[in-house]
Amino acid sequence: MNDTSRQASVRLRIPEPTAHTDLVAAAGTRCVAIAGEARRPDLDENAISVASMRDHVIRVLDDEGNAVGPWAGALSRSELEAGLHDMMLVRSFDARMLRAHRQGKISFYMQCLGEEAIACASQWALKPGDMNFPTYRQQGLLVSSDYPMVDMMNQILSNTHDPLLGRQLPVMYSSKEHRFFSISGNLATQFVQAVGWAMAAALDGSDAVASAWIGEGASAESDFHSALVFASTYQAPVILNVVNNQWAISTPEDFARGAAATFADRGLGFGIPSLRVDGNDYLAVHAVTAWAAERARTGLGPTLIEWVTFRVGPHSTSDDPTGYRPDVAGQFPLGDPIDRLRQHMVTCGEWDDTRQTALQESVDQVVSKAFEEADSFGSVMRGDVSSAATMFDDVFATMPPHLVEQRAQFERSQRLQNEGS
Amino acid sequence: MPAMTMIQAIRDAHFVAMERDSKVVVFGQDVGFFGGVFRCTQGLQEHFGTGRCFDAPINESGIVGVAIGMAAYGLRPCVEIQFADYMYPAYDQIVSEAARLRHRSAGDFTAPLTIRMPMGGGIFGGQTHSQSPEALFTHVAGIKTVVPSNPYDAKGLLLAAIEDDDPVIFLEPKRVYNGPFDGHHDRPLTPWSAHPLSDVPEGYYTIDLGSARVHRPGNDLTVLAYGTLVHVAQAAAEETGIDAEIIDLRTLVPLDVDMIITSVVKTGRCLVVHEATRTSGFGAELSATVQERAFHHLEAPVGRVCGWDTPYPHAHEWSYFPGPDRVGQAMRNIMDEQMTGVIA
Repeated sequence: MNDTSRQASVRLRIPEPTAHTDLVAAAGTRCVAIAGEARRPDLDENAISVASMRDHVIRVLDDEGNAVGPWAGALSRSELEAGLHDMMLVRSFDARMLRAHRQGKISFYMQCLGEEAIACASQWALKPGDMNFPTYRQQGLLVSSDYPMVDMMNQILSNTHDPLLGRQLPVMYSSKEHRFFSISGNLATQFVQAVGWAMAAALDGSDAVASAWIGEGASAESDFHSALVFASTYQAPVILNVVNNQWAISTPEDFARGAAATFADRGLGFGIPSLRVDGNDYLAVHAVTAWAAERARTGLGPTLIEWVTFRVGPHSTSDDPTGYRPDVAGQFPLGDPIDRLRQHMVTCGEWDDTRQTALQESVDQVVSKAFEEADSFGSVMRGDVSSAATMFDDVFATMPPHLVEQRAQFERSQRLQNEGS
Repeated sequence: MPAMTMIQAIRDAHFVAMERDSKVVVFGQDVGFFGGVFRCTQGLQEHFGTGRCFDAPINESGIVGVAIGMAAYGLRPCVEIQFADYMYPAYDQIVSEAARLRHRSAGDFTAPLTIRMPMGGGIFGGQTHSQSPEALFTHVAGIKTVVPSNPYDAKGLLLAAIEDDDPVIFLEPKRVYNGPFDGHHDRPLTPWSAHPLSDVPEGYYTIDLGSARVHRPGNDLTVLAYGTLVHVAQAAAEETGIDAEIIDLRTLVPLDVDMIITSVVKTGRCLVVHEATRTSGFGAELSATVQERAFHHLEAPVGRVCGWDTPYPHAHEWSYFPGPDRVGQAMRNIMDEQMTGVIA
């Protein structure tokens, strides 16, 4: 290594966060999309044919709020209002949880500021019986399927009513009933499990579809590639969602993507039709998810979708992004999905400021009321938790002798402690 | 009843499980069309169709991850990892996912799957076809670990594993696939047909996971063994003339502690044997369990004979393998109460 005669002719490319000083420009170079311009492929088009759209990001809403092009027009007025409602409810929920964190009521939280459209619209495009395999930033899936908000809060508070009995970090929800697979916290593992679930549905003769979720950063994991090879080989009925919010904690998308390709390009080598979509455009998210779900349901196999968006907030409450990127507080470098849908509804003559204000008050009230109720069940910070002995439950379907013994030991030690104090 | 090899017994267990429950699906590298490199799944695809038994890409993480998704859906996958040595890419899916899914979702989602893996050495397989990674599984909360030593047990245990509502690691000691190998590699292998445990009943039966078996009753010394080493221990007992009681553990988690302690209390001496490396091996757990529960009955320290703490060698396989000579010597040492130094 000390041989000075060596020429440094080979230099590694080490992407640096600081290269992204102008966030809007950096994101924009890969994300400029002209609304309505991307064509809508036939359901049975192959991956190579679909790849001819690789320079396009599918976008329906133009800058004036008009829905344009071949992907527009699927949603009714009430569905649009439901979409706006869901996204605003998610944002209000996030804001309340962040406040609870600042108040010291919860230990940890992960918001999805700026990414609300992706999970909310996607859920509306799926059917009962389908299953999502989410990451930690898809709270919109639960909110859009009317999962009780108070139970989300109970989970975050790890209180006496936590459906997961205090076993999981905040936001690692699970609800089979609301087609939301248990969040692992380990990255990418769920992506290949979703493919297995989809394969099982097909083997079982069901037309149910699995929707797999991953961030662009975690797509560097081996399990992402495992998922693609299994999905492709067996033509599993699965939607492979890659949420590209540009940042994996402090590392920009360059690390996972490599030097040139987009994340959608990953699908091409596996023969999986892959699309890039404006993830901040509720109408585009809904239309493309419905298209992919229809492909899956009719036996045409997997679809990979890269949702182009921007992580407006920190990675989590434990993260301070000003250490690695310019402060974007209050900005939405790729647009605000809520404001864009609102503007569309106004343009259509179906919405106004009065209704907007009323809806805002209504969702804030729902969140306040839910938190009041959840807070009344206490929190881990105040010691209001499920019985500790429940940690021995659910390790196995039936408790084996060694755990029966350990639970008895635990209870004995608790008793002795209590007697001593 | 026809005598079966362990391979035939495992194959038969698959047939019975798949006949009984249409939710049982079988897949893995080479297991479908070809029937597995060890032939354990031969005929399944032909009989049940490609929807029940199929080949998989060479991707262990994918095989187990897909199986977890299928199990969460409601199927009962039984998958094969071609060699336990190839398991490591799947380890995250096993440890972080399959093992914890029930617990982390408070019972909302479960992963009833069986992961079969040929394990152990003695086949001239070098370091990538000889490992015994059982302790990497027994250390993990939420999975069961099974190691059969003979055809009868293999069938009953595999049927129980597939039926079990939790993930089960099913380790198959490949050196005894075709006969009860006793460690004498320079002698002809006795075929299973000459062994009573090759008498495998037709149809359905199970052996409870968590039940051990007295392989050879005795009074002087308890030997705790599983897999290939059960037969090695038997040879060592016969060759030394020591009246050893050999316990075939069959399941490592859950462990049949009662049978172990009952035997040690009777004999007052205990030797633990396994092929895996010694440090932090399952033998350490067994040894600790015995001294915690039977300390005052012990007349000598608990001994361990294990693989050396080296990678599994190719040319020096028989210097590595804990054969009947080493096991027999350790048995003599314990009987002689030579308590100075390491008993091995």
